[in-house]
Amino acid sequence: MFDNFELFLTTLLRGAPLTVAATGGGIVLTILLSFVAGLAMLSRSRWVRFLARVYVEGWRGTSEVVQLFWIYFAVPLLVGFQLVPLWAGILVLGLNHGAYGAEIVRGAVNAVPRAQHEGAIALNLGPAQRIRKVILPQAFVEMVPPFNNLFIQLLKSSSLLSLITVTEITNQGVQVLVPNYTGQALTIFLIMLVLYLILSLVITVVMRLVERWAARVAGRPATARARVTGELGI
Amino acid sequence: MPADDVMIRFDKVVKRFGDNVVLRELDFQARPGEHVTLIGPSGSGKTTILRLLMGLERVNGGTIQVGDEYLSHMRRGDKLVPADERHLRKVRRRIGMVFQQFNLFPNMNVLRNLTEAPISVLGQPREQAEARAKELLDMVGLAEKLTANPAELSGGQQQRVAIARALAMQPDVLLLDEVTSALDPELAAGVLDVLRDIARSTDVTLLCVTHAMKFARDISDRVLMFDGGKIIEDAPPAEIFDSPREARTRDFLQSVIET
Repeated sequence: MFDNFELFLTTLLRGAPLTVAATGGGIVLTILLSFVAGLAMLSRSRWVRFLARVYVEGWRGTSEVVQLFWIYFAVPLLVGFQLVPLWAGILVLGLNHGAYGAEIVRGAVNAVPRAQHEGAIALNLGPAQRIRKVILPQAFVEMVPPFNNLFIQLLKSSSLLSLITVTEITNQGVQVLVPNYTGQALTIFLIMLVLYLILSLVITVVMRLVERWAARVAGRPATARARVTGELGI
Repeated sequence: MPADDVMIRFDKVVKRFGDNVVLRELDFQARPGEHVTLIGPSGSGKTTILRLLMGLERVNGGTIQVGDEYLSHMRRGDKLVPADERHLRKVRRRIGMVFQQFNLFPNMNVLRNLTEAPISVLGQPREQAEARAKELLDMVGLAEKLTANPAELSGGQQQRVAIARALAMQPDVLLLDEVTSALDPELAAGVLDVLRDIARSTDVTLLCVTHAMKFARDISDRVLMFDGGKIIEDAPPAEIFDSPREARTRDFLQSVIET
């Protein structure tokens, strides 16, 4: 079963940099869009809220595969040029997961007690100062676990990029290895699963560190922090 | 009473929450430096008055003036229109508030809780804001807690920090909303001592909602008894506590003493 194991592993690992690049780029764009759209959904302007809502429902409510084909194959028909596959992939991963992330940001901001808003108003801080200095620093810590989930889903979605010729891990396995070693598909797919698992564990470890930092920023008491680090096991 | 001798003026103020009318055409005034305590059963609208003054709620009718400026409205030509955020912030600058639950910012240490608004709202240089913060913390007896986080302080200490934080904004009017209701009696005593000190040594106008009747008697120039969204008795503390005119005031004071 494990004949050619080394060949399989090195071939699949050749796809790893693109998986990591797509995931990393997607995460950066996701964070950006999550905060922009999430805060826009809390705006006092009805129009800003409406636009943010259109973005969220549009990108959350349609198929990610179709979105990918649309950006990569359909949009070029409209604008006259085609994006590099990796960039098209990052764009879709970011736009799609940013729509989910916007709800995470909105929910976490809303979860900060009303009393904190009022304390800030009583000190005459302006709306932007209240959000930036008082509310967001306390909201980050609530966002981290759901963002951890979201980033792992984004990592796994990056396998869809194999459909638009990005030679990431799944593409290497499905297009390069399996057609040539059909009898060993079981081994090939098993190695692919383990590679994704390892990458998702990396995301989780990083996010636990971020959570610890966010708890400190939010001024959570030492006992609550100790519980977080206890779970982390490091 | 001439207008320039009024710090706070409520003129026929109406406040409703849904169908529940909390204030019914309320009129009342406070002079600069006056210490006014509001007493009455819960739900009688006392806290609502403070929240209206802080701009945390909007009036449904009538007007509120702070000094010679409208709080809930602004002049446009010769008409009064509802205040926008900028106008609200301008008038709010004169008012500070201390809350029942302290509302310190847990993401800032004690010093930054005191300096954040003076720096970013009043534009004070950091050194000046920090020097003033240290004076104020010294005044409330917490000079050694400068770098502590709010979560590391007792409730009484948090409330003393909250008082110092409100004073750091140099308000003309300080609103105290049941500031000792969330505290054990011995911690409450420390907070009330600090407030007695402030009442004695500053010229800030105090508007105070409290169930601490001995404190109210000590610091107040006037006590207002509220019931059903109206002021039913308005008198100096000695009079209201020793010989209340209204039966409802007597009943209320009796019930407070018994609990």
